Order: sequence, then C-alpha cells, then structure tokens
Amino acid sequence: MDELKKRAKELLETGAVKVVIGYEQGTGNKTRAAFIQKPEEVSRLIFDSRCVLNLAVYLNKPEVKQIGKPAIVAPIPVLRAIIQLASENQFTDDNLLILGITPESKFVEFNKLADVETYLDQHLIEIEARDKEILEKLDKMSVEERWNFWVEELSPCFKCYACRAACPMCYCHRCTVEMNQPQWISVPSHQLGNIEWHFMRAMHLAGRCVDCNACANACPIAIPLNLLTKKTLEEIKVSFGGYKPTLTGGHIMSTFKPNDKENFIR
Amino acid sequence: MSEFEPKVVAFVCNWCTYAGADLTGTSRIKYATNVRIVRFPCTGRIDYMLLMKSFAEGVDGIIVSGCHPNDCHYTSGNFQARRRWIVFRNLCDFMGIDIRRIQFSWVSAAEGAKWADVVNTTVTTIRELGPYTDYKKVANYFEKEVSHG
Repeated sequence: MDELKKRAKELLETGAVKVVIGYEQGTGNKTRAAFIQKPEEVSRLIFDSRCVLNLAVYLNKPEVKQIGKPAIVAPIPVLRAIIQLASENQFTDDNLLILGITPESKFVEFNKLADVETYLDQHLIEIEARDKEILEKLDKMSVEERWNFWVEELSPCFKCYACRAACPMCYCHRCTVEMNQPQWISVPSHQLGNIEWHFMRAMHLAGRCVDCNACANACPIAIPLNLLTKKTLEEIKVSFGGYKPTLTGGHIMSTFKPNDKENFIR
Repeated sequence: MSEFEPKVVAFVCNWCTYAGADLTGTSRIKYATNVRIVRFPCTGRIDYMLLMKSFAEGVDGIIVSGCHPNDCHYTSGNFQARRRWIVFRNLCDFMGIDIRRIQFSWVSAAEGAKWADVVNTTVTTIRELGPYTDYKKVANYFEKEVSHG
C-alpha cells in the first residue's frame, strides 16, 4: 500500500498524470472513490477487502476525462473491465496509467494495456462456489418456481438504476430503458418493468460482463441481480467456450462461428 | 367459457420464411389461423425485446424463423441471431419464462409445407399448455382488457 501511495505521489508531482483514481474511507464502514489531484493528498488512499466498487466506471465520465490523464488503482475486476472497455475502443495506452493490485494486495504497475492482458491470463473469470451453488439450486427448480422466485426477488426493485451507474460496461449515452419510441421497458416500478429491465440488462452485458459484482453491491435493496449475468457467463462457457476480455475484440455476441451448436431450432 | 384459442405471433425474415409462408398459401396448404406474421428484413434484426413485448401484450406463443445457416441474404445475420438466441433462450429459462412457448426454426422460401407444419405443431403445443397466464398476470393484461371494455 505504501508503495502505491509513493508511486501515486510521484506521478502527481511530476505531472505524469493529472488525477489518481483510488479508494478512500467513506462514511460509516464504507469506502468510496477518491479523485486525488494534489500530491499531498495521496495519504487518503486506502485499499482493503471493503473496496468493492469497480473504479473503471469513472474512466468514461466526461467530468473525469476533462481533468486530464488519470492513473487508476486497479484490483483484478477493474483490470478486466479496463481491458474489456479498451477492446470496445473506449481508451488507449496513451490516456491511462494502471496501478494494479494483485489478489495478494501487492502493487504492480502496468504501462501497457497488453501487459494487463497477459497478466489476466493467470486470473481467468471463475464463478465463486457459493454463487454456483445458488445457480444449481435455481436450475433444479421447475419453470414456475423459478418464475415465482424472480417475480418475488425483483418486486421490490424501484428502478433506481444504481446497478447501471455502478457498471463500467453500462456507458451508453442513451440506454434502452430511456427509449420511449417505442417504450421498451415499462416505466412504473411494477413487476413487468422490473423483469424487462433486469432481463435487458443481463442480455446487454452477455459476453461483456467481467463478473465484478459491482451491480449487486450497489443495489440498495440487495437484489441478487448479478445471478443473471453469472448465468450468461456460465452459458457462454458451455456454448462458446468461455469468455475472457481481450484487446483484440472478437466479442462473444458480435461474432459467431458457422458451426455454433444448438439443439432447439427446427 | 369458450374454448381457448392461442394467440401466436411469428417474427420472420423477409427473404426466406416470409416467402416460404407465401408459398404455403399459393400451394393451397391449410394451416392454423392463430398465427400473426410480422415481417423483418433479417433474423438478425429480431430484437429479443420484441419477444418480451409480445408476451407483455398478451400472446401465448412466439415463432421466430428465418433462413437456414449459410443462406442469409446478408451473409451472416442468421449466424449472429443464432448466438443471441442461444443466450436469450438460456436466460429466459433461468428467469422462469416458459421457453416451450418460443419456437425457433429455419424455413426456406422453398419449404411451404414445413412452414405449415411449424405453425401447426406450435399452435398444438400452445393449445396444450393453455394461455400464458403467468406472464399476463404480471403484465396486468387482464385489467387492461377490462379497462378497454
């Protein structure tokens, strides 16, 4: 951690970057994003297990972009998000510096996105055993039981879109949910709109979701909405041989193989 | 109460299945009248939200059909669509949406008889499954029906 602070200070002093995006102590026992622009403020930076926010979400914000070149504190999920975003042409090597943090909380600096990509080969996306168990439990239910489960789980959702705001992949300027010609997603915080919204969200993240759980952590009423994206991850593993963010693009849902296998088309 | 007549919507591509359905007609093959055909430029254009919307509007079953692989007018639209359907269908099932009510098929412009068969078997399946009350309830469909008189 001291290493990280030292490096952040150096970068700000030399003017190599204009802002360091990291974590700091928030109110209560929560952590929040910190945007450090002065070298003397780097002491605010912290990193521990409470830092679950995916900081990559800020890289695309116009307010952050206008400050100048950022350095970002990046544990594994953030690194994955950065690669996915880079493959979607959201930024290049020249406008980003990455202060990586290994799962052992060691500091590693990445100068090139390609280095991050190689590094991530050792850290492939794995669905946690606990979540796998829940997925299996749901799979064993009948269709009606699953329907009732989701209607029940999603019914308290009041569509605050905290899940969307927390997600680094949800950067569209116009989201389907705001389209009203036609009205794709029913507006009232009612079961129908809730099901449509969460379904749509999961579909748009299929093959892009880096499994950082930021959406579920952001949800004020703790809806397990990350189960939906986890399910798509699982399906992609079964049908298309798995997903890992790569700089070369070739995203799961925008490419195809002529011999993709299915068993339901007549 | 009168006997249940399923409402089925078919999203089809212009180049194969729509022409195929045309052939069914010109060949004087009879098939179930429960289907409403909606023509699209390509299966790749058939947004999954359209399927969600049709359930919300009260259909009991959906047919999605287009050109056979390698026959797409735009070369790869149906390949792209197939990938999307694989994920879509899996996610539907996971959320408890009844995937027996969604029939995917490849029907070429020469397969008039196959189109009739696809429609007939789908309508029979839906007739056995009954109206899609689960979704209609959530969509407030019954209340809407009353309020519209």
